Amino acid sequence: MSERKTIGEIEDEIVDEFSLFDNWDDKYEYIIDLGKRLPPLDDQYKKDENKVRGCQSTVWLVADYKEGKIIYKAESDAIIVKGLISMLIRVLSGQSPDDIINAKLEFIRKIGMMTHLAQTRSNGLLAMVKQMKNYALAYKLKTAS
Amino acid sequence: MIKSATIQDRLDVYAIRGQFPVLNREVKGKPLVYLDNAATSQKPQVVLDALLNYYTEYNANIHRGIHTLAEEATAAFEATRDTVKQFINAGSREQIIFTRGTTEGINLVAQTWGRQNIKAGDEILVSNMEHHSNIVPWYVLCQEKGAVLKVVPINEEGELIMDEFEKLLTEKTKIVSIVHASNALGTVNPVKEIIKAAHKKGAVVLIDGAQSSVHLDIDVQQLDCDFFAFSSHKVYGPTGVGVLYGKKDLLEAMPVYQGGGEMIKEVYFDKVIYNDLPYKFEAGTPNIADTVAFKAALDFTTRLGKDKIRKHEDELLRYATEQLEQVPGLKIIGKAREKVSVISFTIEKAHPQDLGILLDNRGIAVRTGHHCAQPLMDRFCIPGTTRASFAVYNTKEEVDELVLGLHKAIKILS
Repeated sequence: MSERKTIGEIEDEIVDEFSLFDNWDDKYEYIIDLGKRLPPLDDQYKKDENKVRGCQSTVWLVADYKEGKIIYKAESDAIIVKGLISMLIRVLSGQSPDDIINAKLEFIRKIGMMTHLAQTRSNGLLAMVKQMKNYALAYKLKTAS
Repeated sequence: MIKSATIQDRLDVYAIRGQFPVLNREVKGKPLVYLDNAATSQKPQVVLDALLNYYTEYNANIHRGIHTLAEEATAAFEATRDTVKQFINAGSREQIIFTRGTTEGINLVAQTWGRQNIKAGDEILVSNMEHHSNIVPWYVLCQEKGAVLKVVPINEEGELIMDEFEKLLTEKTKIVSIVHASNALGTVNPVKEIIKAAHKKGAVVLIDGAQSSVHLDIDVQQLDCDFFAFSSHKVYGPTGVGVLYGKKDLLEAMPVYQGGGEMIKEVYFDKVIYNDLPYKFEAGTPNIADTVAFKAALDFTTRLGKDKIRKHEDELLRYATEQLEQVPGLKIIGKAREKVSVISFTIEKAHPQDLGILLDNRGIAVRTGHHCAQPLMDRFCIPGTTRASFAVYNTKEEVDELVLGLHKAIKILS
């Protein structure tokens, strides 16, 4: 199996993919399609302790630590958020805690989706990114101790 | 295609639209369709002119200055008070207190009248359809005083259950604080009946007029309400200004809200003599510019005529209701017999947030979410709704755009 791509490499891939779209409709249709294809999170994980609360939509996030890498699983009740989650998982899942902590996630701005992070009251996405980084930090501290 | 010119024989909606510069802009490459008027209305040119004119011609701090600019600014500021008095038919200008908005008006009453009059075991009555602004100030007061917050339930149509109201209203009820028109459902509540019943039990009544003041004729004397709060920005005026009307004897007996300049007559370190109404409740330099421009908004509304505005908006509401009901999977939340031009709905298998994003992508501004009325959403067992709300400048074509946008969104989402 080839070496896991770096966060930066995957971000570049996503930016390239989005460069094919010249209008917002297509971008959203693509994101919605990603959302539809995101594997559902098992119901056992959909409990309060895994909830990342947003004002309008809810995100459930779980993280697992295997051989120095963090594996994320997540879902949302809103499909566009689900599509964005799918991209975040593609970029961050399977990476090391340090790389996750340091990830700038510039691709979100580059593909024109920054508003979804800026509208902190509107959805759980920003809270989700924070929570993903918190998990990384927690695992880093845990393995260091 | 239905021409919107046919729906109003008196208002020229296209001419009115021309007075709102922001309506000319595009969003995501499409003409803006602004259907979020219950959150805030857009501002006509006369309001923008009044703001600019204030700052370019006579900006000065009010009331205490001896110079010409201060005199002009004071006159303009106080002229708004007179216009507000007429707008809600208050008995006197002293009963018009400027606030930051409806929320501050309610907080003012809770923190002054409430703290003075509410004690442990007393009851405060609100309804299940209140905005958080008319829940939290009372919750805070109840926590502080050991009083009890009681809630009038609503039926499936989104109307108050008046039999339950009668039961909940007792000698223990000290204040009934109720919304005139619901921001999330559009329901117009029978406030006159509520006020009459509450007074019989010796309770005072605060009416949250945030939504009603732009649509309905407000006559506080005829309503006989004790307090009435509303905001400028929902009546085509600037943000950051609101009004609290109160009955004179109540306002006079109430302790002060905030201390500072303007609200005093004499200050010593061991004694303060407070100013008369309305200044007693207006500490500090007020929001002069926006208050001055608020007058232009009220004059604009009065000039058009609320009856004509209402006729137009009712027509839009009726048309939108008919059209939206045709959308597959769409359920209207709030089917009260009497409504202001607010239409809230859910669509099967489509999250309101997704609908909001996809509509915005077509230049259509609606509100999605819980509309700051979480207990109301819980009542209907939904996380939120999508809400379209209409103003005088909206057209049937815009309703058509909304419906088309929803059809497209449903197609993409399913």
